Amino acid sequence: MAPAPTPPPLGAGGFLRWMWRQLTSMRIALILLFCLAVAAIPGSVLPQRGVDPVLVNAWISDAPTWGPILDRLGFFDVYAAPWFAAIYLLLFISVIGCVLPRTMHHIRALRTNPPPAPRRLTRMKEYRQFQLATSADEVLGNVEARLRSRRWRVSRGGDPQQGWVAAEKGYARETGNLVFHAALIALLIAVSYGSLFGWRGNVIVREGGGFSNTLTQYDAWGAGRMVSPDALDPFSITLTDFQVEFDRDSTQRGSPLLFEADVTVAPEPGEPTFTDAIRVNEPLSLGGAKVFLVGHGYAPQMIIRDADGRVVYDDNTIVLPQDGNQTSTGVMKAPDALPQLGFQALFLPTAAVDGVRGPHSTFPDTDDPAMFISAWIGDLGLDDGVPQSVYRLETDAMTQIGLRAIRPGEVWQLPDGVGSVEFGEIQRWASFQIAHDPGKEPALIAAGAALVGLMLSLFVKRRRVWIRATTGANGDTVVEVAALARHDETDLTDDVDAAVAAAEGRDR
Amino acid sequence: MNSATLAEWSNAAVYASMVTLTFSLIAFAINFSARGQRGVARQSAAVSVSVGGAGATAADEERRTSPAEDLRGRRAGNIGLALAWLAFGLLLMGTTLRGIWAGRVPWGNMYEYSLSSGVAILGVYLVWSLRRDLRWLGLPIVGATLLTLGLAVTVLYTEAAQLVPALKSWWLVIHVSAAAICGGAFTFAASTAGLYLWRDRAERKDRVRGAVANLPAAAKLDLLTYRVLAFAFPLWTFAVIAGAIWAENAWGRYWGWDPKETWAFITWVIYAGYLHARSTAGWRGRRAAYIAILGWAAFLINYFGVNLFVNSLHSYAGV
Repeated sequence: MAPAPTPPPLGAGGFLRWMWRQLTSMRIALILLFCLAVAAIPGSVLPQRGVDPVLVNAWISDAPTWGPILDRLGFFDVYAAPWFAAIYLLLFISVIGCVLPRTMHHIRALRTNPPPAPRRLTRMKEYRQFQLATSADEVLGNVEARLRSRRWRVSRGGDPQQGWVAAEKGYARETGNLVFHAALIALLIAVSYGSLFGWRGNVIVREGGGFSNTLTQYDAWGAGRMVSPDALDPFSITLTDFQVEFDRDSTQRGSPLLFEADVTVAPEPGEPTFTDAIRVNEPLSLGGAKVFLVGHGYAPQMIIRDADGRVVYDDNTIVLPQDGNQTSTGVMKAPDALPQLGFQALFLPTAAVDGVRGPHSTFPDTDDPAMFISAWIGDLGLDDGVPQSVYRLETDAMTQIGLRAIRPGEVWQLPDGVGSVEFGEIQRWASFQIAHDPGKEPALIAAGAALVGLMLSLFVKRRRVWIRATTGANGDTVVEVAALARHDETDLTDDVDAAVAAAEGRDR
Repeated sequence: MNSATLAEWSNAAVYASMVTLTFSLIAFAINFSARGQRGVARQSAAVSVSVGGAGATAADEERRTSPAEDLRGRRAGNIGLALAWLAFGLLLMGTTLRGIWAGRVPWGNMYEYSLSSGVAILGVYLVWSLRRDLRWLGLPIVGATLLTLGLAVTVLYTEAAQLVPALKSWWLVIHVSAAAICGGAFTFAASTAGLYLWRDRAERKDRVRGAVANLPAAAKLDLLTYRVLAFAFPLWTFAVIAGAIWAENAWGRYWGWDPKETWAFITWVIYAGYLHARSTAGWRGRRAAYIAILGWAAFLINYFGVNLFVNSLHSYAGV
């Protein structure tokens, strides 16, 4: 009587072993792969914090019920969400659990000789039989030498009357497979390393202006946990000129043809400077960091005077583009005026007004610039100690006193003699992203290794060839050649041809 | 030749290609519906064809076919293939002229990219058809190409314009051509996977009759799907890596989960799943074929959906 099947061992150890076996099974790996694909989808549909935080906030306030719920669940930062991380970490554990034993097995296989020929070679997919006048020993010697020189792994056995040669090739398939999976793990590590030790900052610079690479100079800044902001490279950059050119002729009128930021760079304070041009696709490398040109806009000079004619504001005000034709918005605050003055401005490089869209720009270059200004008087709220955005006017404690469009050189006398606004000249600004990612080179190497491994694992065929030579009754040698592929549907005729040629003492 | 003439010639070549493709489609449809055009005996000599559960051997199938029908179907297939080559030449000419007209590679907007996709779909099919008899696949391939071109000339048409600065890079040539060839291969593989599902069902139900009898055996279709995807998957991996290198150069980060990148990743993961599924018991066969079609769907979402409906850094459609 057969013994009753033993139940799986209970207890923590048994359960863990069972879990491990499940996790490292191909079935679970496949399911995790598809979970990963599905989990990545919401990030392409919903706005993401990392890409556009303003849009995220707008989305949440537009959907008061679902917005906060989705936000709690991490749907606005999918790729940093715990559930997303859980999927890929489980997947990688599964991969490691699969790759490690296979690596051990493969190393063992690389050290062992190909197994001897099976008794009945006729059963193989490829089989040929023929007779030669040379002795069995000589035939096998020929085969062994020639296959070895063609980088087959060869083993030989039997006796002079009846011997065999077994040869195997295509170990690179499994090597490539293992390299591919290991490289993916390396890629994940490189990406994490880059996000821990990398940093990225954004800064807007007006023509003639500059910035130095210190934390306080950046408009936006993000860094990994292991970055010390004090240790940034002390370079500084001055924007001498910003050149743009827009398409005026074709149907894609208004699309940009050229962006070029001409800069003067000081690698370190006191060191000699050099000039360079930063274009889209042509960043500037400085030490470990790269400076990218990512945007541009206008900075019209606005001069505000109070009731006494005293200048209380004189600045090239940065306005932020809202559409492809550079319809831009900005804010001016004059806290020194009494009472305080505030302005919301709509800057149009080529002004047009229509009933549907209101004032808007029809071309991104300054063909017919105008500024639509809404003037406010009252308390700017700057004294509360609550930090304010320079691009937003808090109008809670203010009253609107007028609305007016002015062009460069024009002066708008505000109502009731509270002051005036003058539109000076127009400058451009460029925005730069300065990024340092120490993980990107390792990531590229890992990705390249993955690609090479992948191609080996898909295109190399692992196959075995057996040659048996038996001395026949008439003194001739009966040669049998058979081949088998580890993977079905591989064409083996070339390999058999090569083995036959080797048996006959030919090279091909 | 001035630029207006170049533009006219480019458009004329594209339209001529579409007309040729329409005739090619008709020829392939006749080929598909006619019985036994595939020369069963010829291929069974090289590979042992199993008709699976049908219980019929290749020889049986051949016997049931009348010689007249056989000839008509084969001739229609040959005409379809010849017309497809002609259409391919015309389309290649139209796309090239478009590039000369614009003075750059013809991948500046979705119209041009769709032309190139048509070249890629037809190209992958025709090059593969040099190696083996693929006349039975002509109908879906030419259909897909015509649909792509139809969308291109109606919905996506844009006048040639210069490249926006973000596209002025050698990586455009490398990244986009790799992606376009992958698109062709994915379309090819989705067609063979769909035909596999059809043929496989017929074989299971023991009803290999009518048009489905003209298809290669399910096992062969499955193998063909695998071979095409085994070629396309590394190329897709390369296209994604090239895109990442370019993104690092243009936008300052190599991966930012832009919708286009996300869907490229999803497509990659699905096809990785396909390759694994094919070597896993319980997943190979029908499930693997569904996964191959799913991967193509993800590719299409990335191509049309992200370009036209989502606000992405890759929105260069120009529509």
